[in-house]
Amino acid sequence: MSESLTAILTLDQLSVRLPRGADRPHALSGVSLSITTDKILCVVGESGSGKSIMANAIMRLLPDEVGIDGGRVMFEGRDLAATTTAEMRKVRGAGIAMIFQEPMTALNPLRTIGDQIGEMFSIHTDLSSAAVRAKVLALLEDVRIPDPKVAARAYPHELSGGQRQRAMIAMALALDPKVLIADEPTTALDVTTQAQILALIRDLQKRKRTAVLFITHDFGVVAEIADRVAVMQHGFVVEQGDAASILNNPQHSYTKQLIAAVPPLTAPAPRKLSDDMILTIDNVSKTYRTGGFLGRGARVTQAVKAVSLKLPRGATLGIVGESGSGKSTLARCIVRLIDPDTGSIVLEGKDWAKLTRENVRRETRHIQMVFQDPFASLNPRRKAGELVAQGPIVHGTPRAKAIADAKELLALVGLDPSASDRFPHEFSGGQRQRIGLARALALRPEVLVADEAVSALDVSVQAQVLKLLAELRQRLGLSIVFITHDLRVAAQICDLVAVMKDGEVVEQGLAGDVFGRPQHPYTQALLDSIPGGDFAKKREAPSRVS
Amino acid sequence: MDAVKRYFRNPAAVIGLLLLVVVVAMAISAGWFYPRDPLALAGRPLIWPFSNPRFLLGTDNSGRDIAAQIFYGARISLLIGGVATAIAIAIGILIGAFAGYYGGWIDNVLMRITEAFQTLPNFVLLLVLVAVFGSTLTTVTIAVGVVSWPAPARLTRAEFMSLRNREFIQAGRTLGMKDVQLILGEILPNALPPVIVYASVVMAVAILLESALAFLHLSDPNVASWGNLIGLGRDVLRIQWYVSAIPGIAILVTVLAVSLVGQGLNDALNPRLKGR
Repeated sequence: MSESLTAILTLDQLSVRLPRGADRPHALSGVSLSITTDKILCVVGESGSGKSIMANAIMRLLPDEVGIDGGRVMFEGRDLAATTTAEMRKVRGAGIAMIFQEPMTALNPLRTIGDQIGEMFSIHTDLSSAAVRAKVLALLEDVRIPDPKVAARAYPHELSGGQRQRAMIAMALALDPKVLIADEPTTALDVTTQAQILALIRDLQKRKRTAVLFITHDFGVVAEIADRVAVMQHGFVVEQGDAASILNNPQHSYTKQLIAAVPPLTAPAPRKLSDDMILTIDNVSKTYRTGGFLGRGARVTQAVKAVSLKLPRGATLGIVGESGSGKSTLARCIVRLIDPDTGSIVLEGKDWAKLTRENVRRETRHIQMVFQDPFASLNPRRKAGELVAQGPIVHGTPRAKAIADAKELLALVGLDPSASDRFPHEFSGGQRQRIGLARALALRPEVLVADEAVSALDVSVQAQVLKLLAELRQRLGLSIVFITHDLRVAAQICDLVAVMKDGEVVEQGLAGDVFGRPQHPYTQALLDSIPGGDFAKKREAPSRVS
Repeated sequence: MDAVKRYFRNPAAVIGLLLLVVVVAMAISAGWFYPRDPLALAGRPLIWPFSNPRFLLGTDNSGRDIAAQIFYGARISLLIGGVATAIAIAIGILIGAFAGYYGGWIDNVLMRITEAFQTLPNFVLLLVLVAVFGSTLTTVTIAVGVVSWPAPARLTRAEFMSLRNREFIQAGRTLGMKDVQLILGEILPNALPPVIVYASVVMAVAILLESALAFLHLSDPNVASWGNLIGLGRDVLRIQWYVSAIPGIAILVTVLAVSLVGQGLNDALNPRLKGR
């Protein structure tokens, strides 16, 4: 094989064992991969597939109770699995560098960006401080940070998420490593920023001829950036090969399933919408005033600016936008977790925005919310049945009946009725999100507000939950406000879409129109930034999930 | 229960629990081993320990049986430790929960009050309270509790502040729960483990505070407490040092036991923090 000749990093039957009591004995079982110079290898898999453990195993950054128990990691003629810690320190950073998912936690908040990048040189080289400074500036220029001189003096919190990730990349590339490991480097970023960072990694890799091991869960990202692809499931590499052949002609059933779960970009054919508006949001604004004592140094943020939206009965209204666009604030205004400053929110003829707190509490069964984080949104000390029964109990249903109803609801959202007696930590992310959904449905609401309800889930689970949501909408006659940052998800389920930017709705209309013929330049930019957009478009839209 | 299993896998925690069981056993069996009043004269004063089989730990300067006083003193120490801790934790949770949940001016007012209490050395405050209200067992216990609440209050507040914005609390609110339901039913059970662990520290300090009061002859003189005995022994400290040393060891063992149990609880309830 010609490939093995240029392979710079080779994993040979690498196995990593997990501590006893984990869900499987090995995090990695006999993984063989090779990473060639000048190529980007994407490792794709869902959460728990062992892809991050692999990256950490290569860097020998595994936690104490997790260890390599077989196989080799060959890098420059050495087996990294068997080297000493001191030797490993020389490899890290200089030979193999790594960038992480969340740049905010990977950077030291108390030191400037320039300092932290410069540290790479002071640890590994004997350059003078002036030379280090010059190198740092050159690197920051390389990663295209606007105004590198200012960025070098900035602290991590003063930069945006995308800029922080650029700084992390600059730090990783400081010593011209042979291999760059990128562990979900764009997952925490907005879609437009993600597109820029992907382009940057691609570009740097071309210029510096670095081999890149890119870990991701998103086949869209794979389509965007990969030369070669390895698909992982339960610690095994189930399939690997050229990007084009894997994407267009997957062999393994799991790969097929993952690719099929990638949402297509085109919206399915529009449904007929009712003329009866169940929820009318008119001119709603919310301004935050933070900091400042007695009016000094107060910061004013206009989170939502005069937003007007209409939700027809039985329809799904998608509110899409990047972080900071005000979409979550709007959602919380709609359910009155936050009180809007001005405007009206008319639900079934009643102005929801003007009800007193006491009345909101009484009327809250008409409108319910599903939350983003399946781990944070369930009280860890209550059983699933209790969680679902809570709402009806608060509103006066006898406890025994509420618990019995809860079992039915759990069945309705596709959980086993025996789930009722288990605690949240005994469920997977997707199952927890179903519990959250059952809890919201327990009060038989007419309107459901779903705030990034599927964003924390793996693609295949995401598809299942979306399907469930569409089914329930049909069966229970729900109207849904669906908030998401992911346009692909919105395209799947929404009848109407409103695009938000900086607190304003810049474009709204039928999903097909907004995605097919975007009018506003921001919507166009959003659509263009979707990773693997071309790949997604090539695949025809499947029938609507319902 | 995982937490129980984790607790018993920790040798220090098990030793702490055993010591605590011994102290509790002493408190319970005091009346059985020493049916007579421990403060009654029993024999010649200042008999050295182990020299007379009738008085295994000797007698103090008034001729009272030290062993009897140690056994009865366990009752007093545990009583004061337990009740004062309950008072301190109850006040602390109440104030901390309100401050942490509501925030804003309520938090400001309650925290300024807490700080006012914290800036005063609590022993000085305790002296003032005992001086004003007298030194019966009841007032001493309440006074120890009243000076010990600020730390649990701050701890509860911090827990509430981090929990109140969690999504499951917001979910409770959208379900239409009242503030009381959210505070008691949803947040408090999640905020409790660190507070329970901290209770062991409060208990250890409460026992020490009472002993310190007694040492200054300011505790209730009509009960057999370890502190009183140390206070008595002060007069003969240079020669008959054992009069002070024996109750001192009892206090040391009890405080150590309570701390070990607290640390063990901490490791058992927050397994992820262990081994850092």
